[in-house]
Amino acid sequence: MDKYSILLPTYNERQNLPIIVWLLIKYLDQSKINYEIIIIDDGSPDGTQDVAKELIKIYGDDKILLRPREKKLGLGTAYVHGMSHASGNFIIIMDADLSHHPKFIPKFIELQKKHDYDIVSGTRYKGEGGVYGWDFKRKLISRGANFLSQFLLRPNASDLTGSFRLYKKDVLTKLIAACESKGYVFQMEMIVRARALKFTIGEVPITFVDRVYGDSKMGATEIIQFAKNLLYFFATI
Amino acid sequence: MTKLTEWLVALSVFFGIYLAIITKQFKHSFFEEHLFEIKILPLVLIFLLGIYAVTTVLYRTLTFNECKEAAEELQKEIIEAKKDLSSKGMKFDD
Repeated sequence: MDKYSILLPTYNERQNLPIIVWLLIKYLDQSKINYEIIIIDDGSPDGTQDVAKELIKIYGDDKILLRPREKKLGLGTAYVHGMSHASGNFIIIMDADLSHHPKFIPKFIELQKKHDYDIVSGTRYKGEGGVYGWDFKRKLISRGANFLSQFLLRPNASDLTGSFRLYKKDVLTKLIAACESKGYVFQMEMIVRARALKFTIGEVPITFVDRVYGDSKMGATEIIQFAKNLLYFFATI
Repeated sequence: MTKLTEWLVALSVFFGIYLAIITKQFKHSFFEEHLFEIKILPLVLIFLLGIYAVTTVLYRTLTFNECKEAAEELQKEIIEAKKDLSSKGMKFDD
């Protein structure tokens, strides 16, 4: 039977963690999915791990696994770390900040099964997909960056920087080994390399509700980093 | 082949033909009659591409789905989650 390991990398998410876990359990139990939730906390000073331990007490250590690391070590290695503890044959990665809603996971799974896709990616840019909490400027930057990357990289996926995705475990292992970048650009590199490695990609429109608690990061530094990496991928992949 | 190589190949083919026509290596009455239009073709294409890019990005920005219901649903579920978890012994800051 298929098992889905959900990787939740966290850093200072004590407010969001109980909610996201509750939502995951609600929607996955409802769809009778076999799953485990792996919390990879990078030594948050705000007590995220204490919250995780409370959740384990409530829901059991077969459903929720806390596999922390000492300090912030980057997203790519967080996934590697999480996968080394994962017993599922599929891996789902998502943000723990409530911008990704677990109600879409059953749709990811259904689409994956139907076409035997290697990857199913959530997309904010297609169909019923969209965002909430973005002003005009933020939308413009997002659309501009998306247009430019589609134009230059033609990746067969409409949402390059989104990080709500389902992978076959061996596919994710291969992709992580091939990727070099850090931070949110990592998501973009994964999907661009997936195209180059001829993995099949399906897409599910998702709604993205920007952080309820805490700040979301989007400034000049992020834009410059994005542009630099876009050109780098353009020249090398 | 990287995307950069693909672009370079396509552009070299295009400019190879372009230069051959405007330096009159290829001779044809059509080219001679329309030499000016052919000469400015790269500029016209860049201009059209620019228009296409700007209109597409603006159109997509203005029609970007605003998921108000999703946000409202989430707010309700947050309250529900807190209630349920509190009843199971979890404590919240607010």
